[in-house]
Amino acid sequence: MFAPSGQVARMSRFANPNRFLRWSDRLVPWLATVTGVLFAVGLYWALVASPPDYQQGESVRIMYVHVPAAWMALFCYTAMAGAAAVGLIWKHPLADLIAKATAPIGAAFTLLALVTGALWGKPMWGTWWVWDARLTSVLVLFFLYLGYIALNSAFDEPGRGARASAILALVGLVNVPIIKFSVDWWYTLHQPASVIRLEGPAIHASMLWPLLLMAAAFTSYYFWVLAVRVRGEIMAHKIRALRLRQAYG
Amino acid sequence: MKRKHKRLTFVAVGVGLLSLAAALFLSAIGDSVAFFHSPSDLANHGDLGDRRIRVGGLVEDGSVQRGQGAEVRFRVTDLAQSVPVVYVGILPDLFREGQGVVAQGRLRDGVFVADEVLARHDETYMPPEVAESLKQAGTWQHMEAAGAASMPADGY
Repeated sequence: MFAPSGQVARMSRFANPNRFLRWSDRLVPWLATVTGVLFAVGLYWALVASPPDYQQGESVRIMYVHVPAAWMALFCYTAMAGAAAVGLIWKHPLADLIAKATAPIGAAFTLLALVTGALWGKPMWGTWWVWDARLTSVLVLFFLYLGYIALNSAFDEPGRGARASAILALVGLVNVPIIKFSVDWWYTLHQPASVIRLEGPAIHASMLWPLLLMAAAFTSYYFWVLAVRVRGEIMAHKIRALRLRQAYG
Repeated sequence: MKRKHKRLTFVAVGVGLLSLAAALFLSAIGDSVAFFHSPSDLANHGDLGDRRIRVGGLVEDGSVQRGQGAEVRFRVTDLAQSVPVVYVGILPDLFREGQGVVAQGRLRDGVFVADEVLARHDETYMPPEVAESLKQAGTWQHMEAAGAASMPADGY
């Protein structure tokens, strides 16, 4: 989609990415600062200032990393599939880049959720891993991210990779509600939701606030890294277009 | 119809059909996704033979008896039915009366012989002082009530 030799001159397509480059240039330092502050305050509150749990003791502190990572794993996948759909339907070049740039961030959050979950499961449940519906569906999410990344970069022409991987992202979207509701639909070793549930949070305010602050830090981190990655993608495409123009005149 | 409308229809119909297929698939596999069975499932199921299964529920209050060595006997209940469990080994830290538990093993003459016991905690988090003051104020919901609420009613 980007600049096959005949279309190099149609720079109007880059109008929007150019505008993105301008305003993201100002936004990135702000996002970096906000992320740093949120993590500093959030980690201190979560790891030092918040109370231990009446059942789990100090081990509960793993929650402040595990839960935001798992939320962001789902959020990033939904954002990726949404951006991929916009790119697929309206051929918006920036949407394809946002989807592509989100995938590795989401994969990293998913891996973080899986690893911290295993570290938490060993002392609390007595096992690193079980094949229950929640854990298995999150592992599937991780493989969907990896599949998306592989398919996206499997073609010489980036437009075809974006199309093929967008379809994969949309197919995989059915897994998102399965992950969320797996703990309600089936007996799982993983406990049901504590925060986002109909009856209101089942978590004391002294632990809920640091958790929400950590979630805000993770979200801010995502938008920061996303902006940096999308800028990199746009510049890579500009370089590619320049090279093509040099080669074909 | 413009091409982008065609693509929009294609994506919308595709996602719709896929969700329908997923919903049908999930309702068809139903219970087989369950990680464990409740004591009521076990009571209704009849003879299981020598199949290795998992049974889950709450450790019944006052049912834990330490035997010789590392032998432990307790009952797992879903507040409707309960099943006696015998286990030899080290229990997880979170194992206690009134808390969730999942035992894996075989049913022999009405006694569940477990070879692995995992703890299952509920979704409630609070500081120890809050739990203490709730108990003193008498507004403490008994752990069994809170624990049972965290279990799906019928496996769906």
